[in-house]
Order: sequence, then C-alpha cells, then structure tokens
Amino acid sequence: MIEEILSPEFVMISLPPMLVGLLACLACALPGNFLLLRRQALIGDAISHVALPGIVLAFLLTGTVAAWPMLLGAGAAALVAVALIEAVRRLGRIESGAAMGVVFTALFAAGVLLLERSDASSVHLDVQHALYGNLESLIWFDAMGWGSLLDPAALATLPEAAPRLAVVLVAIALLTRLFWKELALTTFDPAHASAIGLPTGLIGAGLAAATAVAAVAAFDAVGSIIVIAMFVCPPAAARLMTDRLGRQVAWSLVFAAISAIGGYVLAGYGPGWFGRPDAVSAAGMIAVVAGAILAAACLAGPRRRRAGATAA
Amino acid sequence: MEALAALVAALTLQAGWNASLVALGAGMLGLAAGGAGAFLFLRKRALVSDAASHATLPGVAAAFLVMVAFGGDGRFLPGLMLGSAISAGLGLALVAWITRATRLAEDAAIGAVLSVSFGLGIVLLTVIQIVPAGKAAGLEGFLLGSTAGMLQSEAVTIAVAGAIAAALVFALRRPMTLVAFDPEHAEATGVGVWRTDLAMMGVALLVTVVGLKIVGLVLIVALLIIPPVAARFWTDRVSTLALLATAFGGVAGYVGAAISSIEARLPTGPIIVLAAFAIFAVSFLVSPRRGVLAALLRRRRLEARVHLRQGLLALARGEAVYDRLTLRLLLARGWIRRDGAMTEAGRAAAAAAALDEARWSLARRLLPEAGVAERYDGLTPIGESLTPDQIARIDRGLARPEALA
Repeated sequence: MIEEILSPEFVMISLPPMLVGLLACLACALPGNFLLLRRQALIGDAISHVALPGIVLAFLLTGTVAAWPMLLGAGAAALVAVALIEAVRRLGRIESGAAMGVVFTALFAAGVLLLERSDASSVHLDVQHALYGNLESLIWFDAMGWGSLLDPAALATLPEAAPRLAVVLVAIALLTRLFWKELALTTFDPAHASAIGLPTGLIGAGLAAATAVAAVAAFDAVGSIIVIAMFVCPPAAARLMTDRLGRQVAWSLVFAAISAIGGYVLAGYGPGWFGRPDAVSAAGMIAVVAGAILAAACLAGPRRRRAGATAA
Repeated sequence: MEALAALVAALTLQAGWNASLVALGAGMLGLAAGGAGAFLFLRKRALVSDAASHATLPGVAAAFLVMVAFGGDGRFLPGLMLGSAISAGLGLALVAWITRATRLAEDAAIGAVLSVSFGLGIVLLTVIQIVPAGKAAGLEGFLLGSTAGMLQSEAVTIAVAGAIAAALVFALRRPMTLVAFDPEHAEATGVGVWRTDLAMMGVALLVTVVGLKIVGLVLIVALLIIPPVAARFWTDRVSTLALLATAFGGVAGYVGAAISSIEARLPTGPIIVLAAFAIFAVSFLVSPRRGVLAALLRRRRLEARVHLRQGLLALARGEAVYDRLTLRLLLARGWIRRDGAMTEAGRAAAAAAALDEARWSLARRLLPEAGVAERYDGLTPIGESLTPDQIARIDRGLARPEALA
C-alpha cells in the first residue's frame, strides 16, 4: 500500500481526483452547515439541477467546453432560478418547496432538451457527466512523483479543477471566518439579528451566492450527486455530534474529508480487493460513504435527539 | 408542416400501436401524478417524492443484478419496477425515520436520502457495467426516461399500471380531499390521517415506478409538483384544485409523449416536464386571481385611482397639476382640456371629490364608533362605506360647522 502511494503512477492518476474530490467536498460541506440550520438543505439540490441549462447554453454560445464561460453560465442560471422561485412563491403564495420543485425540474428538463438538440454530446458534455462528473478522468500528465508537487512547471499542468476549487474553498473559508458572528446570529435568531441592525436579507443572499459558487465550481468536476450529498450529509451528521456551531463545522469538514478520500479509495481499489480489476463510480461511492457516516451518526451520535426528547 | 402532420397523427393515436400505447400510458400516468401530486402539495409533502424517485435507482440496479444472477433477462420491466418500488419505499421509510428519530429536519432527511441512494445507484450501475450481461443493460434510460425502441409488452405494462394508478387516485379522492382540507376534522369523522397519508404516498410511489421508463427518475417529481402548483393559480377550493391538477397532469403526459414520438431527439421525460411547465407558465401569467398580468393590471388600476383622486383634489383647491400621469388620466376622462383648464364635467368631479374628502374627515370625528378611521384609504367613496343616515348626519355637520365646536 505504502509502496503504491509512493509510486509516480499514484501521483499522476490517483492524486488529482482525490485532491479535486476533497476540495469539492470541503467547499460544499462548509456552507452546507448554515443551509442545514436554516432549513434550506435542498437549495444545493436545486442549484445543481439548474446549473445544467446554464452550462449547455454557455457551450452553445461560446462553442467551447472551457471552464469559465460554463461557470458563468451556471451562475447566471442559478440567479434566474432564484428570481423565478421567489416570483412563484410570492405571486402564487406557493410554499417554497413546491416553488423550488417547479423551477428546478423545468430548468433541468430544458437543459437536457438543449443538450439533446445540440451537438454537445460530441465533446463529452452529456447528462451522465452532469450527474456524476468525471473524477476518474482527471490526470496529472506531467507528474513524475511526489516531488512534482514542489516543481512549479509540473504544478502548472495540474488539472485546472484543482486550483479552481482551491481558490473557491479558500474564499468561502475566509468569508465564513470573517462573517462568522453575523452568520451564526442570523441563522439561530433572525429576529434578534435584525433587531440589532444586522442586514439579515443581505447575509442570506451572500450565503446563497457562496452556495451557488461552491455548487457550480464543484459540479463541473464531480457532478451533481457529490454536490447534493456534500451540502447535506456531512453537516447533518455533524449536527448530531454537537450543539456548538464551531464544533459542528469542524466535524462536518472531517466527515467530508473522510467521505472524499474513503469514497475514492473504495471505488478505485475496492473491487481489486475482491479480485476484480475494474473500478466503480467514485462520485457515487463518495456519496455512499457520506451516507454511511450519516447513518452511523443517526444511530449513535451523542446529540442525535431533539432537545427535550427523552431517550427511548 | 411534416412535423405538424406527425404531431396531429400522434395526438390522434395514428402514429402506430406502440406510440399510441405510450401516449395513453403517459396520459394515465399524468392523470394519476396530477391527482396524487395535488394532495402531496396540499399536505406540503411535495419534495418527499423527490427522495422516493431518486431512491428507485439502487432498486432498479439491484433488481437487474438479481435477475441476471438467477439466469433471467435483467431488463424484464415488471421485475425492475418491483425492485424500484421496494427501494423507493425504503427511501421513504428512511426519510420518515430520520425525521422522527433524530433532530434533523425533513429537508435534510430528503436531501440525504436522495443523494446517497442516487450515489449508491450509480455505484451499482458501474458494477453492472462490469458483469458480462450488463454491457448493454441500458439502465441509464431510467435516469431521464426513454420510450424509443420500447417493447410492446413494456408499453402495455406502463399503460395498465398508469390506468391502475389513475383509478386509485379516483377511488381515494374523498378521504384525500378531507385530509388535505382539514386533518383534524378528517380524523374526527373516522378518516385516518396516517392511513390516508400512507395511501397517498403509495400512489405517489406507484406513479414514480410507472414513470421511470417514460419520464425518468430525475424528473418524475416534476409531474407530481407542477400540475398542482399550476392549478393553485386558478382556485382556492381543494376539490377544484385536485380536479384541475389531474387534468393538467393528464394533458402534459399525453401531449408531451405525443410530441416526443415525432422525432428521436425529443427525449420523452424532458418534453413531458416542459409540457407541464408550459401549462404552469400560462397559469402563472394569465390567471385572473394570482397571475402576473392580473397583478400588474391591479397595480396599474390602483395607481390610476390614486392619481385621479389626488389630481381632482388639487384642482378643487385651485392648485396646478404637474404630474404627467395625472394630467394624462384627467385628460383621458375629459375632466381637463389640453391647456390644463377644467371642463364642466371636471369641475363637477373635483367638487364631488372635495365633498367626499370633507365628509371623510368629518366622519372620522363624528363617528369614531363606526371604525371610520380604519376604513379611510383616500380612495373609496364614502357612500360605499357608510349608510345614507350617517352621511346625512355628516352633511348636517358640514352645513353648520359652528355647531360642532
């Protein structure tokens, strides 16, 4: 095992997807904590569905599969979706879950239709990719071994999803640290927060924007399953471990990291342990590991019950 | 033109036996989905079915593996449907258990079950790729639905199952309406809320399973959510809402399936969803009660009334009016001339407005017991708010202001 990890092949083939998976999981789990506490856990679900038409439109307009136009397209689609959901909710006085359901399914359907009608499928842009990403195809061609991590020339050829997600993760982490008190207050006691003059609406919008950025940046590399699973599962499991927000965030990051690394290892090497040379879907396995962690927390987490509920 | 002819043929069931069966099946499915969805919507459970539909994937994949392991054809549709129903049921049970046994809210439970079971399904799909019989399994078709190249037996299965689901919704409509409208009352009259909710989830499950092949598991939830939301724009009555949602769902399923049968590159699931969304979009725009156009019109009308009233009061006080909109409105009513001078009718209207305003302000002092202050909005003529007797009393006061002091 150690020998395998030290080999150049590991750095070339296994390290990039592990790194990208890890960064994506952390970037999604972090804002997921606040979404969970605000009962907005399904926003990640909606955004990752909505990103598809944005990405397809960006491709049709620019004719390339470059990352930035697609990120912009997905971001624009997310904005349109949020505006539509609000309009449906307010004008129709429709409950927000149903309003969300209408908008994200319709936009996703439009994305699939656009995809089918265009020739995008010839450039590896297809629905399967959107759903479960292409972690396995991330390869660091110039890697000669672990030493390449210190070699600027080799580092420049890392799959670009890695530095992009690193930037997103650092930005979200910094913003979370910077606005920690505001986020905590508006999450736990919005009435009090607005009474002492905090712009609750603005902070909520900022959180939604950070969520969209994380979802869209991760979506491209790892597909929507991981995005949805990471917004919900690690924070939910962490919530069952502790009552303190700081510890919950820390737990959720640990769980996200375990899911990312453990899921990738199980998917890539697991079948080998049963004597099969093949690999199974890494994105799917990461979600499954996250689910297993959540299941364990549901069964044995020290703070799994509602306050006031007696142990049965 | 050719496409139009093909569409007409498909809509009138002239496009071949299979296509007709699929269109009928999709129509039945839509009816059942709209009806069941209406009750899910009213019970605020709309997104629970999203967890169930994503949870079908591991069931489909596992059923395929089991059938292959026993030497059968892994693509046998009823077998796949049974597998998907079992795992979707498990998914629903998990959502219920997480919400009850832990302190996590329902949305978190839904998100977790949805994503994890979908991830598990994808893992199993890649396992299927590994086993020899799985190379051409084509189970990816269940993600977004595909009716192209459907076997006749499959089309029959779907049409029959869709009809059963629609019949179930019809049979359960009374208890479901009662529970949706007033759960406590329903419980008191002996309609078990828990039992009815369970039956409703059962129908939603059936819709999901039947819809797998046509609409696909990613989008089937749309057929449960969009029709009732569209119906909500037209009515406030539970029974009408259920009826409308059923009809909307049926039309979306039937028309969507017919459109997609015209050409290969019109995927069935997305087209059906977009057909439902088109119905929603029309409702959202033009519904007379809650539609966007109606809201805009109401706003314009209110704005016009405020401007007219304020313009008339200004004219009555002998002040000049500068506001463009006010001037235009006064001109359109024939109350002023182009040079801004009042017409005869304008003088009468201004005098009436001034009298009304004077009556209101006195009414607030004379009749505090009638809640006049709350009813004054600066627009409503006083005659609509007070009785002639009360107005006569106010007018006596206006005629002799010194008597009031």
